[in-house]
Amino acid sequence: MSPPRFPAGARVRVRALHPPGHCRTPFYARGRCGVVLGVIDHQPDPEARAYGRDGLPPLAVYRVRFERAELWPNDEGGGRDAVVVDLFEPWLELAAEGTR
Amino acid sequence: MRGHHDHAHPHRPDLEDLPRTYAMLLTDAVASLLLAKGIVTPDELRATLETIDSRSPADGAKVVARAWVDRDFRARLLADVNAAAAELGIDAGGIPIRALENRPGLHNVVVCTLCSCYPRLLLGPPPDWYKSRAYRSRVVREPRAVLAEFGLVLPEETEILVHDSTAELRYLVLPGRPPGTEGWGEAELAAIVTRDCLIGTAVPRLPTAQRNGPGVAPGAA
Amino acid sequence: MRRHHDMGGEPAGAIDRHEHDQAPWEKKVDAIVRLLLAKRLMTLDEMRRGIEDLGPGAYDELSYFERWITATTNVLLAKGVLEVRELGEAIEAAGARGP
Repeated sequence: MSPPRFPAGARVRVRALHPPGHCRTPFYARGRCGVVLGVIDHQPDPEARAYGRDGLPPLAVYRVRFERAELWPNDEGGGRDAVVVDLFEPWLELAAEGTR
Repeated sequence: MRGHHDHAHPHRPDLEDLPRTYAMLLTDAVASLLLAKGIVTPDELRATLETIDSRSPADGAKVVARAWVDRDFRARLLADVNAAAAELGIDAGGIPIRALENRPGLHNVVVCTLCSCYPRLLLGPPPDWYKSRAYRSRVVREPRAVLAEFGLVLPEETEILVHDSTAELRYLVLPGRPPGTEGWGEAELAAIVTRDCLIGTAVPRLPTAQRNGPGVAPGAA
Repeated sequence: MRRHHDMGGEPAGAIDRHEHDQAPWEKKVDAIVRLLLAKRLMTLDEMRRGIEDLGPGAYDELSYFERWITATTNVLLAKGVLEVRELGEAIEAAGARGP
């Protein structure tokens, strides 16, 4: 089990991949930037387990906070509201410098 | 096959008179094969059905009421819901459950947009609306409008956090204790913590006769 | 490409708050799934994948527990826990038995 890559407070981007098949990264978060709240746990990879494999070694799972304005920039209102999603490490990368 | 949407249809007392659907027959067939093959025993099936029937939101309400009166228990609940529930003799199961603390200015609400993950072993089955397309689609995007449909209107200054249960972690909202409940016993407190308070689509309210003035954020019980 | 079950953020109408009690057959589905998970004959991930792979039409037409039993059955067939013809016979027998 490798140590988690991203510390709390890290600004991360969700990879904008769109595979068929089972994954637990919601479409609305793909390609979006958020802030890591922390690591919850290490859990087996659901993408492997969905196809009958054990999904080991377990992956770090992060709680990532996305502002609503980041997810739906054209929507009005709800400036203080946010969505927190539990995401598996391989789906995250550090957001590039200069991104919001 | 009848075509129908995945929201509720009422349970009718004369259910036996209705034609049995393919899914009902399939269910019986799978159960009988699993029993015939010894993969599942009749006792196991019976015990599991009893477990399903035994779980209700009352257990969630109990842990909240205890957290309201016991600060140390509250801290333990926030650290590990399953362990804290076990202290009260409640078996919340193996999937970890995390408590989300509502505070003045912060309101939490839970969803599983991808399927319908829910802390079933603590709270019993989720309501139909929690599993519905409309809730799963809309609550992440327009939580205020969704909460307003439930009769819960929160001040503009309140931050709403929507938690999407995408991994093997379930969520339980720990609502704030309303004013006017000072000195109440745990059973009285638990009685105002409804299932919807634990999901985040409601806040605990005093019974009508006891409310003085507007009280906490108005919401459906 | 957004998959059909992955609906967070999609437009939708009013939330129907009417609730129905779990029917006996639905509790039986629930029990079967819990037992299969406990016995490690299926994982939740496999069941979810099975539900997602039902496709948009079936996903919308089937009720929640219909999706569960359909996906679970497909997983069990794929693993050889159940066989197709015996399942057909068991369904026929269930129909003949009545509720």
